Amino acid sequence: MEARILNEFRAIVGAPGLITEAEELSTYECDGLTMFRVLPLAVLLPTSTEQVQAIVRVCHREKIPFVARGSGTGLSGGALPVANGIVISLARMNRILEVDLPNQRVVVEPGVMNLNVTMRVAPDGYFYAPDPSSQQVCSIGGNVAENSGGAHCLKYGFTTTHVLGLEVVLPDGSLVHLGDRTVDHPGYDLPGVFVGSEGTLGIATKAILRIVKKPEVIQVLLAAFNSTNEAGAAVSGIIAAGMLPAAIEMMDNLAIQAAEAAVQANYPDCGGLLLVELDGPAPEVETLMEEVAEVCTKCGAWEIRVAQSDAERARVWTGRKAAFAAVGRLAPAYIVQDGVIPRTALPHVMSEIVRLSAEVGLRVANVFHAGDGNLHPLVLYDDAVPGQPKAAEKLAGEILRLCIKAGGSITGEHGVGEEKKMFMAEMYAEPDLATMQLVRCAFDPENLSNPDKVFPRPRLCGEKTGVYEPHPLEIAGVAQRF
Amino acid sequence: MAATTDVMTRVSWPELAEIVGKEHLRPATAADAIDGVAPQMVAEPGTAEDLARALRWAHSSGLKVAPRGGGTKLGWGNPPAGCDLVLSTARLNRVLEHAWADMTVIVEAGCRVADLQKTLAQHGQHLALDPLWPEQATVGGILSTNDSGTLRMRYGSLRDLIIGITVALPDGTLAKSGGKVVKNVAGYDLMKLFTGALGTLGVIVQAIFRLHPLPRESRGLSFNGTPQELNQLLLAIMASKLTCTGLQLRAATGSAQLDIRFDGTAQGIKAQVGQVQQIAGSRTASDAPAGVWTSHQGIWESAAAALVTKFSVLPAQLGAACAAVESAARTQSLSWKVVVQSVGAGYGRLEGSEQGLRTALLDMRDALAKMGGTMVALGGPAPVKRGLDVWGPPSDAQPLMVRIKQRFDPDGTLNPGRFVGGI
Repeated sequence: MEARILNEFRAIVGAPGLITEAEELSTYECDGLTMFRVLPLAVLLPTSTEQVQAIVRVCHREKIPFVARGSGTGLSGGALPVANGIVISLARMNRILEVDLPNQRVVVEPGVMNLNVTMRVAPDGYFYAPDPSSQQVCSIGGNVAENSGGAHCLKYGFTTTHVLGLEVVLPDGSLVHLGDRTVDHPGYDLPGVFVGSEGTLGIATKAILRIVKKPEVIQVLLAAFNSTNEAGAAVSGIIAAGMLPAAIEMMDNLAIQAAEAAVQANYPDCGGLLLVELDGPAPEVETLMEEVAEVCTKCGAWEIRVAQSDAERARVWTGRKAAFAAVGRLAPAYIVQDGVIPRTALPHVMSEIVRLSAEVGLRVANVFHAGDGNLHPLVLYDDAVPGQPKAAEKLAGEILRLCIKAGGSITGEHGVGEEKKMFMAEMYAEPDLATMQLVRCAFDPENLSNPDKVFPRPRLCGEKTGVYEPHPLEIAGVAQRF
Repeated sequence: MAATTDVMTRVSWPELAEIVGKEHLRPATAADAIDGVAPQMVAEPGTAEDLARALRWAHSSGLKVAPRGGGTKLGWGNPPAGCDLVLSTARLNRVLEHAWADMTVIVEAGCRVADLQKTLAQHGQHLALDPLWPEQATVGGILSTNDSGTLRMRYGSLRDLIIGITVALPDGTLAKSGGKVVKNVAGYDLMKLFTGALGTLGVIVQAIFRLHPLPRESRGLSFNGTPQELNQLLLAIMASKLTCTGLQLRAATGSAQLDIRFDGTAQGIKAQVGQVQQIAGSRTASDAPAGVWTSHQGIWESAAAALVTKFSVLPAQLGAACAAVESAARTQSLSWKVVVQSVGAGYGRLEGSEQGLRTALLDMRDALAKMGGTMVALGGPAPVKRGLDVWGPPSDAQPLMVRIKQRFDPDGTLNPGRFVGGI
């Protein structure tokens, strides 16, 4: 990078805020998905919105691509640097700016840790609902980029449900306010568009969040089944009975073994484990918990426990939240996938995963947000064995194709990022992708903000979208658009 | 601007008749006018593909198009800068797939909300939303206007319920976003972009929603007091562990009520009714009167000429917002009425002289802006709306919104002039 530009950057963020040494840069060469690594030209650590604006203005003038980064815990390579560009780390913008309890709003900078929001308001009986498993380390800015979910989004919604407003530096360096503290701000729902756009539309420098009152009672039921199919039937039974649990999680035997080995969550050794969390008024939770237990028994549960104390409940969740990392004890390496299927497709998709896993000869551990059909298959492999990494990648890809075929999605909460962009063309038709690109072109016509992510092909914003022609498969009645 | 007579004479309507079927294309009548702007023709295509073709034809013919569902909220927004063709979704009215075990539904945009709910109720489910006039309003119409009611405090608004969308763009593209699973972050969220876009970016032809179980039991209570007192009670309820599904403040000259609704199991409701009475202290509750949960609809229903606004403030400002409405009304000798939900969004109605209504609107808007709120003029006599942006002053995101409009609808074919800042 030219010295004059580096000098300009240094003048904006100060010497301690600019990293250019290769050794230090390597910290930023990947995010939580370590299979992709690119060294950026420089990393900048601004401490204010004004500094972010100043940096982005330079980038815009010089046509330097930039990638915003929070804590770097993303699992799809969304924060992967670009070789001829810079990384803008928001880690130093980590202040909680305002807590407004009566209106249930919190205003934060993007570098604030997810869990810190809850910790700040917990003494007053509130919590911040989106709870990705990485909540102790992931940042709100990263959550906004990825539209992060978590176990409790079945009832409470995703990041997008809880972000009312954003301050955003657009890719040309201008500052805009999307949404507000109040709901239904006149105009297009741009916070809705920005949340989940994976850093491709600009950089959020402030977020107005909604917090939620902690329920009167929280109970977790743990049920052991012989198979994930039996556990899946119980999930359908619970939903059919008209209940909306705060969370329904499922783990298969391999995932249970891993979690046990890592954190001794005291899970029963079974083929399919279900965690069902109910919350609300005490008499209601009591009644419904009995119904959940009944459904589970009917579906073949041979052990049912209800975690009574907060400590017991915390331990149950520790096992689930540690599951990804714990799988590292079973194999030297693994790929975690993030497919979504309609809940009713679970038995079919599970048996297909088992078949594919046997065919390829690689083990797959399964952790599901079962209530909303979000699967996290963990493909285990040994990166020292020639051919295994490729085979694992291929198997993970086949699982995503299963999800698409079942009418689902290639990602429920991890994002498309670098990893899954080629699958976008399998999930969506060309006109769908071209239409999404219209949004990108309105925000970032020069393709500077996290370029070449999410979409299989970059799009030139001068291009005109084509007119829809039905796909031959549609004409043949083989495929249907929805 | 509306197509000039010159353009109109060159328009080949038989081409459109060929696309939609000649029995589904008719000359417009006075009833089809939008805020006094009269279209030439009304077309009712029978499929999403035909609608996209009709839109492409209209676009390439240089016509201005107004998409229409049930027509219940056609007057919302600024008067159109032009309208030659009404593109109706009336025939796109099927529920395509109710996957009740997955709690999702795929529905065409022209399906009336009440019809959709009837289908869903067969399996004990519903779209957890109570918009205005469900018997007439369509899925596409409530989406385009981002309509909602009392249920939103618990289930969110349409942005939280829609999981998939198919839209037709002016160039004839049919594009989808999202899908039929609740959790999905693949690609941009066009569902949210189109929800509340007032048909200015494309025509919604299909939507997919997540569903909720119908409540087992339900009970409503009402409290009397001044708006300020009831605002305090509302905040106390919000700060409690009660899980109500409706919490609304109704206010008019000299009276105000706070309504609260509980849904759930009989045991849960009973316990919560006891708790809410404890919170309310000496203020005693009565059973909520019948029809109280459609009060947001009642506010529209009167023959008198009136200005109806939608406003949004923070929950702690509901009392102050009522005071602002009352003060503006008193100054102009108008009668007033407000129904507002605890999330801070509500409707206000003012009746009286046109000049009074206009002055009151500007006064109320100023007062609300000072407390960080907004006010949009939805319905009212044309002279009241004329010469001002019904949406209020534009934000610093206005240039970005204009760029989005230009990308989706570069020639201003769809509902020109009706959205924020004249988009």
